[in-house]
Amino acid sequence: MALLDFLKKIEPDKKESPFLHTLFDGFFTFAYTPNHTTKGGVHIRDGMDLKRTMVHVVLAMQLCLVFGMINIGHQHYQALGLYPSFLSGLHLKLVYGLIQLLPIIIWTHLVGLGIEFWYAAKKGHAIEEGFLVSGMLIPLIMPPDIPIWILCIAVAFAVIIGKEAFGGTGMNILNVALLARVFVFFAYPTEIAGDTMNIGKEVWVSGFHYDPALLAEGIKTQVSEYGWAHGLFDWIFGAFGWSTFGEGGVAMVDGFTGATPLGLAAKGGWEAVTAVYTPTQMWWGGIPGSIGETCKPFIIVGALFLIATGIASWRIMVSMLLGAVVMCLILNAWGATPFMEVPWQYQFYMGSFFFAMAFMATDPVTASSTNTGKWIYGFLIGFVGMIVRVLNPAYPEGWMLAILFMNVFAPLIDYYVLEANVNRRLSRKKSIVAVETSPEEVTAH
Amino acid sequence: MDKRVSKFLIFSLFLFASQTAFAQASIGGSSYLLYTLIGVAVLLVLGLVIFVADNLLRVEAKQMGLDKDGANFSIFPSMDEIRRPAANSSVGNAKITNLKKGFDILLEGEAEKKFDRTRARTFAVQPKNFIGISPIPKVTVAVGDEVKAGEVIMFDKKMPEVKYVAPVSGEVIAVNRGAKRAITEVVILADNEQKYAAMPEFDLDNASRTDLVNYLLESGAWTHLRQRPYDTIPAANAIPKAIFISTFDTAPLAPCRSFAIQGKEAAFQKGLDVLNKLTPGKVHLGLNAKQGATVSDAFANAEGVEINWFHGKHPVGNVGVQIHHTDPICAGETVWTLGVQDVATIGAIFSERRYDASRVVAITGAEFENPSYVNTYLGANIGELVKGQLKDEKARIISGDVLSGQQKTVENFLNFTDDQITSVTEGDYYEMFGWLLPLTPRPTISGTYPNFLFPDMKFKADTNTHGEKRAFVVTGQYESVLPMDIYPQHLMKAILVNDFERMEGLGIYELSEEDLALCEFVCTSKQPLQKILRQGLETMRDQG
Repeated sequence: MALLDFLKKIEPDKKESPFLHTLFDGFFTFAYTPNHTTKGGVHIRDGMDLKRTMVHVVLAMQLCLVFGMINIGHQHYQALGLYPSFLSGLHLKLVYGLIQLLPIIIWTHLVGLGIEFWYAAKKGHAIEEGFLVSGMLIPLIMPPDIPIWILCIAVAFAVIIGKEAFGGTGMNILNVALLARVFVFFAYPTEIAGDTMNIGKEVWVSGFHYDPALLAEGIKTQVSEYGWAHGLFDWIFGAFGWSTFGEGGVAMVDGFTGATPLGLAAKGGWEAVTAVYTPTQMWWGGIPGSIGETCKPFIIVGALFLIATGIASWRIMVSMLLGAVVMCLILNAWGATPFMEVPWQYQFYMGSFFFAMAFMATDPVTASSTNTGKWIYGFLIGFVGMIVRVLNPAYPEGWMLAILFMNVFAPLIDYYVLEANVNRRLSRKKSIVAVETSPEEVTAH
Repeated sequence: MDKRVSKFLIFSLFLFASQTAFAQASIGGSSYLLYTLIGVAVLLVLGLVIFVADNLLRVEAKQMGLDKDGANFSIFPSMDEIRRPAANSSVGNAKITNLKKGFDILLEGEAEKKFDRTRARTFAVQPKNFIGISPIPKVTVAVGDEVKAGEVIMFDKKMPEVKYVAPVSGEVIAVNRGAKRAITEVVILADNEQKYAAMPEFDLDNASRTDLVNYLLESGAWTHLRQRPYDTIPAANAIPKAIFISTFDTAPLAPCRSFAIQGKEAAFQKGLDVLNKLTPGKVHLGLNAKQGATVSDAFANAEGVEINWFHGKHPVGNVGVQIHHTDPICAGETVWTLGVQDVATIGAIFSERRYDASRVVAITGAEFENPSYVNTYLGANIGELVKGQLKDEKARIISGDVLSGQQKTVENFLNFTDDQITSVTEGDYYEMFGWLLPLTPRPTISGTYPNFLFPDMKFKADTNTHGEKRAFVVTGQYESVLPMDIYPQHLMKAILVNDFERMEGLGIYELSEEDLALCEFVCTSKQPLQKILRQGLETMRDQG
């Protein structure tokens, strides 16, 4: 209780400094559930609130986050040709991933939460929890080597235009996290597209730059680079006698492309993919890709957790899977390009289908809000997403665009579901009126 | 149950017999495909024979008129029989409406089925209990007047023909007023011995409906009727398409109405007879089919009414849900509803010729020492009924249940339609990381709590909101606890933007506050759904 007294003592005045008060309120309600009691209406309330809902979604993502962190390091060392097994050099991979990921998470929250707090103070209401989930989703769907300034602009765009412009949490039409991703995709295509033909910085594998000495001679060789944080950890690792990062400057293995499976599949079908990656490797996720979307089993664990707790809609997940399978089968039957001929089950080994299904499509605010609508909404995402993935020559992944597309159509789906409800009610009326106006019934008494 | 088992046995016997026959028929060849095809053909033929014979049996039964009471003459169990929930013995073979959606909130402090001897001395009629009447009705008695039970004490100037009468005999000791001089209570100090105002003779069998209506208006019986939509007192010239009575309550800690009606069975049946004269349609009685539920014979054997059995979780006991599943309300239609004790009160006017407003009220909740039932009259003083019972002076007292009841103090009186007083702990405390790591068990439908491991656990709930109000975010939550074909969240949004057409289309007429109370309880965003609904209903009523 001493903490409570202390917190109450330092509470800033709401009128004098609204921003500080909102900030305080945001953190205070995090530490303590407020002492509000019910007034009018029901006298007892369910133990569930929005904070608990949101934090459970974040919990469901934690496995993906930890895996993604190690995978950043793993991909880095793959490029160097070191520690080929996923678990070898684990401490280096983990720390490398942490140093890469932490700034992304921190900057996402600084920018996103900062804007949220500012708007909350301006509107004079409490901070809402929506960004808890968005703030964790955004790092997970970014490439590991995303420049921080691009990230910050994208987050600011997503929060201001995507959410606050519509009225804040619960009012947005488009998924905030995906909006940040789509902003990066369209505003900085060369920085983010997983196309290895770009003579630019390869974002799917982090920690490399062109050796300036060799570049002057016209040789494009990427060499590893480490910063002060790596040096700090080297000092600790050295004390234990473990292997260290070293000074950097090691050249990338010849012929290492860091291409994502989808990038390969778009060019040469399933043969091109399996030439580089085995299906097991893709399933378990030791491959280049966005930070949190590569490990399918962990995503499925998260999805099952969300279904078991009833937080995410199983209807959307199931129907999205159905929609994707149906489209895969259609494409298989068509089979005009090597990509179309990828066996339907292997489409799910590649790309971020499961991540989109578990965490993106199920966002309750932007998804369809009726249960019937959720079936249609999910199915169409799966269906359209697979079309974008396979038939679009520019960008071999479809879920981002398919979900945003269906976000826009979700209100329309709901409209027709509700119209059906209204019509059921109207058609019911006719039959009863006919009974009521039958003459002998009325005159009976 | 036995019937179903025997049917299953006979059917499996047929199946086995067909297989043995097939196994004995040996053919020289060794083609497995042929064997399989022959097997399938034999099964098909046998199945066809059984199917045709079974249909003949049913046709025969139908021709002889044996299938009237829903008996199934087929050897196959019907879909209804397979899905039929386990029911109590009173149900018999009657049809059961089984509702899957809903949630029972189990709380500590259920009323023991015994009568506490506490007596209330003061009673009040509260104009605010009647939705839609003017805040300052014309009170026809003055402080100090002696009144008898059933004597007119006030009327509403908008509907002067509807008379509001005294529930008990005694002295009018106060006419209390609240904000803007609105009358809040007309308080009567009851006599020790009740005196009843004389009721004129009335020939129910031969009187016209108009005479009956006038009689009910004069005797005060009319004030017990409620009209859906809006939950108002019906106009004197209104004709409802049907009348609905729910004989059980599934709200948290709800009193047992079968227990409450004991000793008033005759008056209840008489009341049903009266109601039958008021509607060209049916009088519907909703009964609880749940296994282990006590069902009074007054309900199960009621005459002249349509008996509907319901099975499910709260809010299945709400009359609104029962209407939705028997004869739903549409735009332009009205139905009437009333409580079982109100039916007995109306019946007593005819059978005993007195306005008997005696009520059995349940004292429930974890904050009372001995939760039990009390015998009292309509509008009793709450403080007098719960005297010496309250464990904590700061606890909240509610007239009604914790979902749709009204907060009261010990000076206040029981509301007109309530037969329950609930106490619940005030929750004005801070809870450290309460949203993440709650310290006390609490009722919830959320799978993030381990509650599903303890399905029979009773909770000691408090009034803490467990979170702050937010915009609508989570979807599908209301639908999961409302067993009606209604989209509550979209209806709420239609009300908030004053979209009349949408409100009507999405079924606002079918809802009353109590029907949405459970949705409000489960709401993650802590939205005041009942308040929003009332706002919408008032808007629609103003529109006419």
